[in-house]
Amino acid sequence: MKITGLLLMPAGWFIVLAALVLLRAFMGRELFIAAGIGVEILGLVLFTRAHLAANRGNE
Amino acid sequence: MSPQSPPAMSEISQAFCILLILLLPLALAGLALINTGLSRSRSAAHSMMAALCIVGVAAAAYFVVGFAWQGYPGLASHTLSVFGKEWNWLGAGHFFLRGVPLDGSPASLAALLQLMSVGLAALIPLGAAAERWRLRACCLSTALLAGITYPLFAHWVWGGGWLERLGANYGLGLGFVDAGGSATIQAVGGLTALSLVWLLGPRRGKYNPEGLPAALPGHNTVLVLFGCLLALVGWMGLNAAGSILFAGAPPGRTVLVAANTLLSASGAVLAAAAITRYRFGKPDASLSANGWVSGLAASSAGCAFVPPAAALLIGLVSGSLVTYTVAWMEAHLELDDPAGAVSVHAIGGIWGILAVGLFPRAAAVAAAPGAAHPVTMPTGQLLAQVLGVATLVGFVLPFTYSLNWLLGRFFPQRIPPEEERHGADLYELGAGAYPEFMTHTDEFSQW
Repeated sequence: MKITGLLLMPAGWFIVLAALVLLRAFMGRELFIAAGIGVEILGLVLFTRAHLAANRGNE
Repeated sequence: MSPQSPPAMSEISQAFCILLILLLPLALAGLALINTGLSRSRSAAHSMMAALCIVGVAAAAYFVVGFAWQGYPGLASHTLSVFGKEWNWLGAGHFFLRGVPLDGSPASLAALLQLMSVGLAALIPLGAAAERWRLRACCLSTALLAGITYPLFAHWVWGGGWLERLGANYGLGLGFVDAGGSATIQAVGGLTALSLVWLLGPRRGKYNPEGLPAALPGHNTVLVLFGCLLALVGWMGLNAAGSILFAGAPPGRTVLVAANTLLSASGAVLAAAAITRYRFGKPDASLSANGWVSGLAASSAGCAFVPPAAALLIGLVSGSLVTYTVAWMEAHLELDDPAGAVSVHAIGGIWGILAVGLFPRAAAVAAAPGAAHPVTMPTGQLLAQVLGVATLVGFVLPFTYSLNWLLGRFFPQRIPPEEERHGADLYELGAGAYPEFMTHTDEFSQW
């Protein structure tokens, strides 16, 4: 889960960059950027939960 | 902003800018005192010693490779052509500041400013990793931050890089705006702090087996609050010099920058004091200090562009945010961050970045006629700021985490838990900060 979360964050960033470079229509671009940020947040949540679980496992 | 070299400055402007830059060590001193005051007495000397080492290592690493990779508009850089647009992604200068005449030119002033500001960014993780971070690992981690992570992101924002050029290339406002370093200094430092908190784990005795946190209060509130006042002076210099060198603000706008910096910090400390008074019955000094610094961190991005009323509002929001996020991260995410650095610098910094895009009309009012920036803040500014935040979360956080994880494979970063009870002072330095009257007990820890 930790590695998945870690990889999802840059994956979301690449979606954001792709939307910026490839899309011209303003709304379409905004939607894809929002989707990329959503993926980043998902990665951050997974990563945080993985660390939380690891902390509890160590106690 | 133009990728070309900014216009030469008059000698008076140069002298004024140098004076502003020379205020910056006060921000370093302030942050070092805050970090030390918020940690326990058994690690106080270690905290100050680590602060000195961090400032030294950061300046050296930035001198050797940092400025070469960061660059400055008008200096050599590596670019890619992506669908007909130029993506400037890395500086291509010479190591050891060769090729940068240290003569008062804008590039030389930017180099001087950042020899110090990179130390400020590097001090932020120290507060979060206090009492359990080995001195050697702390120096090596600082070298990675000052030599790689900071220059890379700062090039994108301040060195004529692709974030700065979002306005020219994609019509997004003025491009990513971060005059005083809410992103490049505060958020980068705050996210590195978050990485280290994850990697090091909590201090011994911080959480019980059920995951409930114990209070491990700092040992000297006076140091913390005095540090806040020192930091204000340093921050004014940082924000004003950054506005002139990186946002093209005329020197006369220093009045607005200084007022905004003070008002943002004031709003933040008042919000934090009022909220803690409401929640706990009395104002909490350490959370109020956190609020003050978060107001400073949030003020940096838009200090040259927003009117004073907006700066006060930015501070009120950042001070409110910090009081809740410090407790939430400690209780629900089990992040043991003694100085609240993640909330203060990462969340405060990100809020400051977004606030520039949220106050476009306010920014238009503040921009003076004849200023380097247009009087109206163009549309798309919020999107440019959001892209900067997306880059921090999607690139900087995993990157700095990976670097520190890799470092930890070769050099253990954490003091052995059994030695923590005696404190980092004894383990790392062989003597405590207060040898005549301090005892090492776990009076605040039940586990």
